[in-house]
Amino acid sequence: MTLTAVFGKPISHVAQHADAAETMIAFVNRICRRIGILRYKKYEVIMRICSLLAILMVLAFPLPALDAPSGTFTIEDVPWDNGMKLLLKWNLSAGFDSLQILTPDSLGVFQSIQIDNRSTGDQIMANLEPNQDYTYRLEAYNRSTGERYALQATGKPLEGWFYLGKLSYLIMLLLISGAILYYIFSARRGKELFIRRISGLDSMEEAIGRATEKGKPILFVPGISDLEDIQTIAALTILSHLAYRAAEYDTSLIVPCRFSMVLSAAREVVREAYMKAGKPDAYREDMVFYLTDDQFGFVAGIDGIMVREQPAANFFLGSFYAESLILAETGFSTGAIQTAGTAQAHQLPFFVVSCDYTLIGEELFAASAYLSKDPQQLGSLKGHDFGKLLVILLILTGIGFEIAGISWFRTFFEGVR
Amino acid sequence: MKKNIPLLFAFVVGIIVLASEFIPHRPFNSITETLQNWFMIISGFAILLGQISLVRVNVSKIRNRSRDWQFYLACLISFALMVIIGLLWGKQEARGILGQGAAITANLGSKPFDYLFDNVYIHLSATMFSLLAFFIASAAYRAFIIRSFESNLLMITGVIVILGRTSMGSMLTGWLPARLHFLHLPVLTDFIMQYPNSAAQRAIMISAALGILGSSLRIILGIERSYLGSDK
Repeated sequence: MTLTAVFGKPISHVAQHADAAETMIAFVNRICRRIGILRYKKYEVIMRICSLLAILMVLAFPLPALDAPSGTFTIEDVPWDNGMKLLLKWNLSAGFDSLQILTPDSLGVFQSIQIDNRSTGDQIMANLEPNQDYTYRLEAYNRSTGERYALQATGKPLEGWFYLGKLSYLIMLLLISGAILYYIFSARRGKELFIRRISGLDSMEEAIGRATEKGKPILFVPGISDLEDIQTIAALTILSHLAYRAAEYDTSLIVPCRFSMVLSAAREVVREAYMKAGKPDAYREDMVFYLTDDQFGFVAGIDGIMVREQPAANFFLGSFYAESLILAETGFSTGAIQTAGTAQAHQLPFFVVSCDYTLIGEELFAASAYLSKDPQQLGSLKGHDFGKLLVILLILTGIGFEIAGISWFRTFFEGVR
Repeated sequence: MKKNIPLLFAFVVGIIVLASEFIPHRPFNSITETLQNWFMIISGFAILLGQISLVRVNVSKIRNRSRDWQFYLACLISFALMVIIGLLWGKQEARGILGQGAAITANLGSKPFDYLFDNVYIHLSATMFSLLAFFIASAAYRAFIIRSFESNLLMITGVIVILGRTSMGSMLTGWLPARLHFLHLPVLTDFIMQYPNSAAQRAIMISAALGILGSSLRIILGIERSYLGSDK
């Protein structure tokens, strides 16, 4: 970072010299006219020489020093961040009523990006490219006297090695992860842990039983998101358990997929489940099939399947959006027992209304552990409870601090944005 | 060994991605974006798998003369038609095998692919979406049936919000004195949506976030293996 003034000194001084030079030139011109020198062209050269001498005289004899404005303009990197911010600070002497911050555009022409009127202040410049030099100019004005003052500085945003603004998130992550690991190890050592019942998951046996009795298929829709959505992963873990049961009871399974990656993963899940159940011959690749990647085309296709195949049980688990009610209502009209689950809060009311069972919030992600009956996996569910308790305590603490007028607690958890 | 390598990959990548969320320095700050790009590349190759599945399932239905097999035939014909005209004349600014199709574009007003997309596909999608209006009505009717305390609460709240969002609410309660302003239906509706409704949704989102954390941790540590097709 360097600090330089434009032209080596404040602009006001340069302007003063320029005004004095112009005055001297005008004086010389008047003298020449009085003595009639301008009547002869050959004396024009003499006039030019006199003007030049006048300028040299002005520069040779410095003007009396005025009360020059003073100030500082600095650029600092914001520490412990992602290297996309710079902090501009300025501290100018009194006498200016308008300031603006300029930065060069792609052609190198300075453009105004910020107007201010504080003699002392700071400003954060965000959305910058890391490790690149940025130049800013601060120009101050005094409208009544016409004075101008400019300072220029250069700075470079640097990438930090830790995101300090996310410290609270890291602490929360470590605490909750630690609790999950603690309960996993406790369960591994044989400690009995209480897990509340999730009726939506308990009903899976009932749904499969009904489908088996009626000789009708089971429909499983793993949401409309691709494999990168954690909800889709959660749905596939449930599909594994469901397919295993379906294989045991020789019940048909229908799994339409919207994305090819989900298709591939779902096929593997179902195939492995059938092999695990000892029914590899019962597995058919067309159980799991690609429908379309269009949202409402996908919905139309599933509606058609429900109307034609009349599945006894429908499972809508994963990520759903506007199509949730269309699916659920169509399934309701066919008389199927329906279980739905999603983490999309806005779609839950539709599922609650139209489905027999709904997995809400974390229940979707707890399903696999719950269904596995594996103590080690069940132990991880206790970590969820710890997390909820922790959040409740933090909310209550935050409310108390806000009532007391103390803001550092909230600021700490908000983090730097 | 067959399972250990994927589990090892899951663990290593999971830890790295987790760390990259808190380390803004290179190369960590670009790991997530890089992985997403890799996913998109792999997805591109997987598209062929989806198309093969689509054709195979539909052909099977047609061959077996399944119920309503004509619809499966229509699906294949539509699929083939869009692929062919897309390959021949392209779409929008993209050229096809036969060029930009200036002559046929002059007749239709746009390229064949775009013509069918704009005049058939979009309207079919809108038709499906419009079904929501009727499904919402039927679902609301069932939801508001009084049969339990929760149903009563839901019905009362629903009626307040429905009326409060229309001019009917203002008309019904506009006569209330100033000291009872909070009972003005639009005001009461805003209160319900801003406080109880938001609180409930945030609670669900917080619990979902905790569920995601637990589920992710189980996958990273190899405790959850169902996504690999087996629990063992």
